[in-house]
Amino acid sequence: MTSPGTMWFARHETRLAWRELAGMLTAGRRWRPRSATVMVIAFVIFLHLPAYAVVGRFADVRTPIDKPTLIVMTASILLAWALILSQAIESVTRVFYARADLDLIMSSPAVLTNVFSVRIAAIALTVTVMAMLLATPFVDVLVACGGARWFAAYPVVITMGLSASAVAIAVTVSLFRLCGPARTRLVAQIISAITGAGFVIALQVAAILSYGTLSRFAVLTSDAAAAIAPDAGSLLWWPARAMLGEELLLAPLLACSLVLLGVTMAVLSPRFGNYVAAASPKQVMRAAPSARKLRPGTRRGALRRKEFKLLWRDPWLVSQTLMQLLYLLPPALMLWRSFGDGPGALIVLAPVIVMAAGQLSGGLAWLTISGEDAADLVATAPLPGRSLISAKIEVVLIVIAVVFAPLIAALAWAAPNLAAVTALATIIAAASATSIQLWFRVQARRSQFRRRQTSSRIATFAEAFSSIGWAATAALALVVPTAAAIAAALTATLMALTWKISPVRD
Amino acid sequence: MQQPTSALELRGLTKRFDRLAVDALDLTVRVGEFYALLGANGAGKTTTLRMVAGLLRPDEGSVTVLGIDALRDPVGAKQVTAWVSDEPMIYDKLTPLEYLEFVAGLWGCVAEGIDRSARDLLASLGLAAHMHERCEGFSKGMRQKVALAGALVHDPRLIILDEPLTGLDAVSARHVKGLLQARVQAGCTVIMTTHILEVAERMADRIGVISAGKLIAEGTLDELRRQNGQSDTSLEDMFVALVESAPAAA
Repeated sequence: MTSPGTMWFARHETRLAWRELAGMLTAGRRWRPRSATVMVIAFVIFLHLPAYAVVGRFADVRTPIDKPTLIVMTASILLAWALILSQAIESVTRVFYARADLDLIMSSPAVLTNVFSVRIAAIALTVTVMAMLLATPFVDVLVACGGARWFAAYPVVITMGLSASAVAIAVTVSLFRLCGPARTRLVAQIISAITGAGFVIALQVAAILSYGTLSRFAVLTSDAAAAIAPDAGSLLWWPARAMLGEELLLAPLLACSLVLLGVTMAVLSPRFGNYVAAASPKQVMRAAPSARKLRPGTRRGALRRKEFKLLWRDPWLVSQTLMQLLYLLPPALMLWRSFGDGPGALIVLAPVIVMAAGQLSGGLAWLTISGEDAADLVATAPLPGRSLISAKIEVVLIVIAVVFAPLIAALAWAAPNLAAVTALATIIAAASATSIQLWFRVQARRSQFRRRQTSSRIATFAEAFSSIGWAATAALALVVPTAAAIAAALTATLMALTWKISPVRD
Repeated sequence: MQQPTSALELRGLTKRFDRLAVDALDLTVRVGEFYALLGANGAGKTTTLRMVAGLLRPDEGSVTVLGIDALRDPVGAKQVTAWVSDEPMIYDKLTPLEYLEFVAGLWGCVAEGIDRSARDLLASLGLAAHMHERCEGFSKGMRQKVALAGALVHDPRLIILDEPLTGLDAVSARHVKGLLQARVQAGCTVIMTTHILEVAERMADRIGVISAGKLIAEGTLDELRRQNGQSDTSLEDMFVALVESAPAAA
């Protein structure tokens, strides 16, 4: 017997990655490649509309370009890179903690350095392919409106995918050394969440503090930014210039990203096995022994306490809540800056708060209602099903109230009417998202949270559109009440339709 | 009020999935009895017990738990019942003590004495050193013991266990068996499925053998031997003979 070769393992990894992707596309149901392909194509075609709105105006840009355009393009590339990095950190963490085959691989006679080199390459490949897929509508729009030179954007996206993967692996391994395996997962998820959102939010904060607007372009196109930005020949602008078709810059950028990934593989592959082994769930999280006596309390109280404890100890939720709070930072700053200016300047806050509340409620509701790790225990407990569900819903609404009440209270000082509308819309958005999760509830483990979107696409889209609908209603309520009534009616209709097709009616 | 003599009475219990899983099953388990329900894989043991625990609704038939109609008053029946499955379902992010506190709360236990009994239970199952550790790092055997402690902490009168010894080492299995026997001696009723026939042979007061959703034999070990016409045969031999001679599933 010989040890398995690298190519064999690469084929195995490719098959796993393909089936994982297929599982996401088909929501884990029976294999239906044709309908899944049609849906993906339809979705990608649909994405061309927002892509046109975002990048259409840059299509005619030609070299040499002015500094503000270079700054905006480079910032956009940096933002995209941050999002890819965020996704890559998530992928690496999953390889460390969630793959069920690591014991098998590590007990096999395969050369582990080769195996983990392939696995690192597979991470890079997956991240890059995903980035290419998401970039396709944007590049298509640029090519259609600005010519074939924009095809150079694809190699730049590959560069971004490869470099982000290398950095993600290095960051995760560094976290292992710094925090230990028990905490790395949580910290990595928080870093992933903050990396994805942090750059946009930082720009918004800067725009609010400097120009009193939520628009990040205010900072990027300002004279101050142009004054401190380096000259056109600087390395900083290479990705933007390469994207515009300067082949001479494209080759070194690609080479650099490949070298970065190669060095990462060479340095970390031999040690990857040790890190993976250290991340096994045998690590012990020990709570300090407490002298407190057990106080079971009431049945509903016990359920609520359990849910609060689990939510508090849930790394995903902690990172998502932090991200939501991060998204709320610019509106909060805006509120502080515009205090006393009347509701006009603050009206933009209502949809942000309502949207955030709807999204957070959906995630929380899935975790509490569907993500029940001890389903048999709870189902055999002596209390009616509706008491169980209502205790879980109470937990969702309490968490939403704790997160959003301070912001709405602050808004009430500046603009009472706007605060009242925002509060009402927040409650309705949270109730809608929770109801959708209730109607589409499934029995799942909390660790399956990442796949919740694929278990019911109807629920996912309904949740997103209801949050958007109630956010739009809140934004329009004080400005164009008639339009707000139409938005509310449309969203209510969406909710009614969702209920009608939900499994809860069966 | 007159105390019921039967801990569990099943009459005409039927459940159909894509095939008939439980076929008009009649079964009576007396109060204070250790009852072992045996059967080959797919015979209908787990489906039967899941219906008793209120996890599945039967298509037909009745379930009476200690005199309570479990289909009409599921909450009342659940109050006196505990269920432990072969796949321990506990919360990774809770410690065993926190888990027991939660279970005690769900069953509405009064605070007095629960702290002591929870700690004693964990200690008796060899988990004293781990009661402040989160369950996420526990082995399957340790998780099974936590689930078992959860089932016992609210002092149930009917304990239903589906393969409770799976994954336990010999010492832990002995702890669990001792704990269950102590409960039976205190008047509690235990119904257990197991593939370890030696456990059924040594612990059970009565044994039921189920095949294709029907009870094909029932009695004490001696009664089963007499029914089988062999006075010194092992339970394993009898079980194999019974299952192989039983008609196939519908």
